Amino acid sequence: MDAFMHQVLSGLATGGIYASLALALVMIYRVTHLVNFAQGEMAMFSTYIAWSLINAGMGYWPAFLLTVLLAFVLGVVIERVVIRPVENAPVLAIVVIFIALLVILNSATGWIYSYTIKTFPSPFPKEPLFGNRYMSSHELGAIGITLVVLVLLYVFFRFTPLGLAMRAVAQNPESSRLVGIRVGWMLALGWGLAAAVGAVAGMMIAPIVYLDPNMMGGILLYAFAAALLGGIDSPGGAVIGGFAVGVLENVLGAYVIGNDLKLSVALGLIIGVLLVKPSGLFGKVHVTRV
Amino acid sequence: MALLEVKGLRASYGPTRVLHGLDFALDEGSITAVLGANGAGKTTTLRALCGMVKTEGEMRFGGARIDGRLTEDIVRLGIAHVPDGRGTFVNLTTEENLRLGAYTRKDRAAVESDLARIFTYFPRLKERRRQQAGTLSGGEQQMLAVSRALMLRPKLLLFDEPSFGLAPLLVRELFEIMRTVNQRERVSILLVEQNAAMALDLADRAYLIETGRVVLSGPADEIKRDDAVRRSYLGY
Amino acid sequence: MTRRVYIGVAVLLAIACVLPFVVSNYRTFQLTLVLVYAIALLGLNILTGYNGQISLGHGAFYAIGAYSAAVLMDRLGAPYWATLPAAGAVCLVAGFLFGLPALRLEGLYLALATFALGVSMPQLLKYHHLEKWTGGVQGIVIAKPEPPFGLPINPDQWLYLFTLAVAVVMFVLGWNLLRGRVGRALIAIRDQHIAAEAMGINSALYKSLAFGVSAMYTGIAGALGAIAVQYVAPDSFTIFLSLVFLVGIVVGGLASISGALYGALFIQFVPNVADEISKAAPWAIFGLFLIGFVYLMPAGVAGAVRMLLLRLWGKSAK
Repeated sequence: MDAFMHQVLSGLATGGIYASLALALVMIYRVTHLVNFAQGEMAMFSTYIAWSLINAGMGYWPAFLLTVLLAFVLGVVIERVVIRPVENAPVLAIVVIFIALLVILNSATGWIYSYTIKTFPSPFPKEPLFGNRYMSSHELGAIGITLVVLVLLYVFFRFTPLGLAMRAVAQNPESSRLVGIRVGWMLALGWGLAAAVGAVAGMMIAPIVYLDPNMMGGILLYAFAAALLGGIDSPGGAVIGGFAVGVLENVLGAYVIGNDLKLSVALGLIIGVLLVKPSGLFGKVHVTRV
Repeated sequence: MALLEVKGLRASYGPTRVLHGLDFALDEGSITAVLGANGAGKTTTLRALCGMVKTEGEMRFGGARIDGRLTEDIVRLGIAHVPDGRGTFVNLTTEENLRLGAYTRKDRAAVESDLARIFTYFPRLKERRRQQAGTLSGGEQQMLAVSRALMLRPKLLLFDEPSFGLAPLLVRELFEIMRTVNQRERVSILLVEQNAAMALDLADRAYLIETGRVVLSGPADEIKRDDAVRRSYLGY
Repeated sequence: MTRRVYIGVAVLLAIACVLPFVVSNYRTFQLTLVLVYAIALLGLNILTGYNGQISLGHGAFYAIGAYSAAVLMDRLGAPYWATLPAAGAVCLVAGFLFGLPALRLEGLYLALATFALGVSMPQLLKYHHLEKWTGGVQGIVIAKPEPPFGLPINPDQWLYLFTLAVAVVMFVLGWNLLRGRVGRALIAIRDQHIAAEAMGINSALYKSLAFGVSAMYTGIAGALGAIAVQYVAPDSFTIFLSLVFLVGIVVGGLASISGALYGALFIQFVPNVADEISKAAPWAIFGLFLIGFVYLMPAGVAGAVRMLLLRLWGKSAK
């Protein structure tokens, strides 16, 4: 029983990480109806920027905030420059552009920073909270930060005019134009927010898996599984999905399929959800227009 | 000076040309009706004014060129469009829909008083302010669409078949509100309508469109009194 | 096909046959890989270019073909040429089976599902319960095939000619398939699937078959690749393999048979040159080319060549 609890709790810990990246994926999907294959690399790149800032002597939290801001700008720029020309292009063109973004960010990072693994600091103390044996302070802290981000996003969307405008654009771009909303900039804002959320995720993940240009590969897959499971347009669902995927991965890995095949849990979940209930547990049903 | 001037407006959906060179104008404070059969190009005209279709030709609003501009920029000049199909944000609440109408305005206090005024025109909307707009009845959604447009405090209101699918009592109510808004707040109105009789009662001027061209124009009461025109073009 | 095209292809083939005897062994090996990739890219093109089903996971089928060959040769002692039909059959079935649930996924979602497949492949290949067969992380080493009948050529040259022969067969078969009724059906499903169904095309069957055939091509390429490289290991088949195939068909030209060849040349030789600059350079270049081709040359190199030839030959036809 104790071993099982351990698996569940450490599953929640890794789940918190998947949840934070899944939140970024959901943000982009909500506003643009696109699946951002490059989300992981954007988060990774932002984390490297944070590393540079910290290495240059900046304190952790100032570097954290500045990175989030820079990531926001990066997201806006990517949307305006790279994505906008293909917004209405056939799906294949969009997918190709996303993949191009993925590989360019990945290789640019490798070029600038080299492929040697680096450590990334955690703002949380090294000793586990209350001396517990299940989760490190960082893992608990990461979950906490993810929940804070979720609450901030909720407040933003529900209670601010800008958030309302973004919800409007996500539902009905044409009517949004008719009330004067600059739809193009709302999309860019969505990307900026998603990039910022991704940067937070990256900075929470890096202390655990170490900083390396390829650190996000598997995690992106888990994040996709989490986002799909929770509902690709539901931020709350993404977080719940993240925890669920983390726990499932650990439990199935320990008791059913062995630790080697954990990624296939993500694969199975993705295909399973897409086939059985594409809107996920908490998402709204989308009718594919014929 | 005419508030809205359109010269040689041509519009196409892809390769299909729908408007073949429309000319018309509206004066400030007037109500203008655009009449015609289905498929004549009435809706396209309104969409063209808002930059929602590809156009050629000249369109001026308050003297400034609006052809070729983005919808959201045209709207910010003071044109509110109530589209056919209403364009309600169905997953947002009634109140959120209304507040979105005022999205571009900066005068917060005036927005609140406008909202209160809308609720006095349409008490049913006030009852349902926190309900999802998609759950409102057809008539209520039409009221909501009109109100949302009013929240913009527009100089020009474009109505696309506002009577469509509404019970006659509601249509009368709606047209009364249009008259009130026009008289009390000097909002100009461009009305596309199938119900020619009611439109001509309300309007000052009317244009008749057939296959993308203006075939007749003049003061509304003249057209109303002209039996030949009524029978051949308006079917009554 | 006009006579001009026949002559052109014949000349190219003749040159191709002579090449291994005039260039170094290493160059011959690289050209063998170009042919291998060309077959793989033709496979992906059948699915994504002609039929519009986006696959970001074709590296998985390449891996299945490669491992089939390796296991058959190293664990079961099969001769190298027999591994090709076996790899093809396994991948045909695997592709068809993947294609069935894929029927319900459109565009971005299919891309996501295949992306997931591509990312998880290395882990699946390292699965320790299969280690006895797959060789685990270490992989499997394969012996180099000897030229038959004691021909006076070296193994690299033989392998090149063998691969060339297989490539010619695969391309001819593919060309026949795609220019006839099947090809038109695939394209109809891609562009106007409702109209296609209304015309009586069984799109579910065609789409799953497209997946199967496409996987078969890529699987056979994988087997040939494994034989050429003499080695299979899980980390050779990461998601980047699937992505490099995508680069190949975008640059070479979607829905184009010659595009497979142009794309293969691109993905084989660009890294060779770019590696000199930096380890990261090849993918940076691939990424930039992807963006460039989507915006500027959506028909790929094949499209550009076609336009060029039309302009040249169009003039002289007057």
